[in-house]
Amino acid sequence: MTTPVVAAGPRRRAAAFLHRHAGVRLSLLLSAPLAWLGLAYLGALAALFVTAFWSTDVFTGDVVRVFTWANFHDLVTGDVYRTVALRSVGVAVAVTAIDLVIAFPMAFAMAKVASPRAQRWLVILVLTPLWASYLVKAYAWRVMLSSDGVLGWGYGLTATILTLSYLWLPYMILPIYAGLERLPGSLLDAAGDLGARGWRTFRTVVWPLTFPAVVAGSIFTFSLSLGDYITVKIVGGKSQLIGNVVYDNIGAANNLPFAAAVATVPVVIMLVYLAAVRRTGALDNL
Amino acid sequence: MRSPRPRLARPSLVVTAALALAAVAGCGGSSTTTGSAPAGAGGAFTPPKIEALKSLGAGEGQVNLVAWAGYAEDGSNDPKVDWVHPFEKATGCTVNTKTAGTSDEMVNLMKTGEYDAVSASGDASLRLIASGTVAPVNTDLIPNYKDVFDGLKLKPWNSVNGVAYGVPHGRGANLLMWRSDKVSPAPDSWSVVFDPNSPYKGKVTAYDSPIYIADAALYLMSAKPELGIKDPYALDDKQLQAAVDLLKQQKSIIGEYWSDYTKAVQSFKGGDTVVGTTWQVIANLVKAEKAPVDVTLPKEGSTGWSDTWMVAAKAKHPTCAYKWMDWIISPKANAQVAEWFGEAPSNSKACQETSDKSFCDTYHATDESYFSKVHYWTTPIAQCLDGRTDVKCTDYSQWTRAWTEIKG
Repeated sequence: MTTPVVAAGPRRRAAAFLHRHAGVRLSLLLSAPLAWLGLAYLGALAALFVTAFWSTDVFTGDVVRVFTWANFHDLVTGDVYRTVALRSVGVAVAVTAIDLVIAFPMAFAMAKVASPRAQRWLVILVLTPLWASYLVKAYAWRVMLSSDGVLGWGYGLTATILTLSYLWLPYMILPIYAGLERLPGSLLDAAGDLGARGWRTFRTVVWPLTFPAVVAGSIFTFSLSLGDYITVKIVGGKSQLIGNVVYDNIGAANNLPFAAAVATVPVVIMLVYLAAVRRTGALDNL
Repeated sequence: MRSPRPRLARPSLVVTAALALAAVAGCGGSSTTTGSAPAGAGGAFTPPKIEALKSLGAGEGQVNLVAWAGYAEDGSNDPKVDWVHPFEKATGCTVNTKTAGTSDEMVNLMKTGEYDAVSASGDASLRLIASGTVAPVNTDLIPNYKDVFDGLKLKPWNSVNGVAYGVPHGRGANLLMWRSDKVSPAPDSWSVVFDPNSPYKGKVTAYDSPIYIADAALYLMSAKPELGIKDPYALDDKQLQAAVDLLKQQKSIIGEYWSDYTKAVQSFKGGDTVVGTTWQVIANLVKAEKAPVDVTLPKEGSTGWSDTWMVAAKAKHPTCAYKWMDWIISPKANAQVAEWFGEAPSNSKACQETSDKSFCDTYHATDESYFSKVHYWTTPIAQCLDGRTDVKCTDYSQWTRAWTEIKG
């Protein structure tokens, strides 16, 4: 009697091969996401960085692929770029601070005070503004801030900070809400039982445990504000931010290399910011 | 550099979904529409040798256009505003339009080789010619060309050495506009927007583009003749510096810079801006909103634009592209596009076809003395456009950096 031979089809063979070779299995699984990360994300950043060392033929607008430090030299020696970079960081910090002050109590109320049913509705309410177009919201603020508008405060840097704070608020609320949701209510009760009042509970229990979430939110608001150039065009009056300098150099002058050099500034600022955040240890707990 | 996603520790599902949505919503919709932003280059240079089309063949069935918003309307914005479908019916060429927001976008789109024709402004046209992206145009194949105003034919921004590289589409001037209820006496000079002691401090506007430096240069031509500026687009280092200084001084009285025209309409209507540079179409829209404004072409003259339809050197549908160029300057279509966009038509017969019979007067379509005071946007290049050979002029990338510096 012969043993029945199971027909080993190609699919089966492949499955068996992958089962025996864990390394191959893993690399096949990861190749797609890694290719995306490597090519689309890091590749784009690398291309940006390389482009920053080229120049353009001013007449035809073609990129001249010859290495030059000229763009970075101009960037570092021009006072105006330092002013603009500092102003942009100032705006990003202000927006982050305002959003934090507004978002924390809101997220706390959502996560700890509201009933589970109300919680779900509040999340939806926080999200709804994100369904409206960015431009519609920015122009709505423009109308409100105009001198015959509801607020009538006029345009400028303050108006920009205000509008950006409004635009990015949900990005701050949601991570903090997620962080607070994971904070066991029993810890708050315990703090109360041990005699801690509201502020002390907040300082010693709530804040340290939700700090990583706050950092997550601040990365959103900070980086979004740092890269924005449309809001400032709409409500910024006569001010400009880094994004506008990049935009003007691509959109108007077609000077891609210089724009790339300017665009490395926010990248560097974000890297510094992330490094600073990492030192606080907030990223370890994420 | 938008929304890097921080890794959240086991966030609840709803929050994950919410953040994903938020990231999508945050990244979408962030494009602005800027109006026609022309500027170009002139001067003596030898373009790559490309032959113009000798004769028209059979229509290829379609044509791909790069156009300013409002230049190729198919009724999707306003059912009554449609000159694309009649063209398709008449010629059998289906029109595919790609709307570009800036001149540079147009240049880049044309360089892809995917498009047959483009409505280039003065700051794009010569760059397209110099890089060999567009071909000379055989105007014999365009019957309506003979009716185009002579003041627009074979100009430095649409021809090289007497060879036409396109057909003129229309033109307009950058005007001085003011709120007649808040500004008196009525200004007749650009000095009103450059005076550091202006009573309208904080309510003055200016165009947010490096090309606005030319407006300052134009003003300096009469205000400071000792600088010797002959052409506002041909500035040497010293002249550019003078214009930059003037604009830096102007910044103290500026309320805001405008770049898209809806913004200008709104701030004039609301009274945040009471005086500044504008386009005729903006003035019309503000007046339609019942705000009292007036416009004038100041005594110093003005900057302006003149657009040109050009055909790609490697056009895949050249016959349809020629038919489109003929169509867009035909009296009826030219009148429609001029009225819709708010500029002077290029075809002299278009004035009889406008729905508003006073349209051509409003836009000074036939008034060559009016347009003789208009310096059309041209890209500044190192080679001085005013013919000076003893100095090097400043190019557009220098202007762009100067503009960044002016805004501070």
